[in-house]
Amino acid sequence: MTNTVLKDQVCLTIPMDRDMELVAAKTGSVLAELNHFNEDQTEEIQLAIIETCINAFEHSQSEDRQVFIKYIVKADELECKITDHGVGFTAEDHHNRITNRQQIHTEMRKRGWGLEITMNLMDEFNIESGENGTTVSFIKRTAS
Amino acid sequence: MANKFDIQVRAEHEYAVLETAGYLNDALGEDLSKKAQELIEKGYTQLVINLEQTALINSIGISILIEIIEALDERDGTLNFCGLSATQERTFRMMAIAKYAGIFPDEKAAIANF
Repeated sequence: MTNTVLKDQVCLTIPMDRDMELVAAKTGSVLAELNHFNEDQTEEIQLAIIETCINAFEHSQSEDRQVFIKYIVKADELECKITDHGVGFTAEDHHNRITNRQQIHTEMRKRGWGLEITMNLMDEFNIESGENGTTVSFIKRTAS
Repeated sequence: MANKFDIQVRAEHEYAVLETAGYLNDALGEDLSKKAQELIEKGYTQLVINLEQTALINSIGISILIEIIEALDERDGTLNFCGLSATQERTFRMMAIAKYAGIFPDEKAAIANF
């Protein structure tokens, strides 16, 4: 694991190993607290990071088994860019992951929530995915 | 009080309380599910899960909570949650869990609403 501080950004590389998403989340939590996010917003940032990292762990099929996280700190916002070097995915892949799972109550599906949770908790959300990997970016603002 | 990464179980006459502590991921979730299943097999159909000491829950942990709801549903049982943070409650509502389980601010309210 490497960690670099570059003025207004922090770059972190984590292995796709058990609970490593917590390392990424804690780093985000510290940066959020330093940037005066409140407790609820800080928890939302942590959860978004956790879900995005877990998604990469479970679905990227990356050969290097690493996730690269860039935290960009600005006056009133924190941006996270979470990248894997996996196989990428399409909207159809994501839909199939969700609909292929079994559940008693159709509304209460068990898995496939990671991206939706992140999208709902953050102020901006974007995915770039292709054959060289996926980058999920999101922004949380202190004013949200 | 539960310790870090721990589950405490208190079985009363008509209900049981499971109190979690630590990151609720697949590992802690599976432990919780096992303990809940043991209670259900003993005939407990009214369960409270107190998440006050659990600061973070990931979606895998929540999926295991849904399995507990489903197991209780099969026996006409009820699961009430308490001690959730605002973000946890928001996530539970987003995932429709609030339609099939109760969400209460504290244990007293969760028990009173069976």
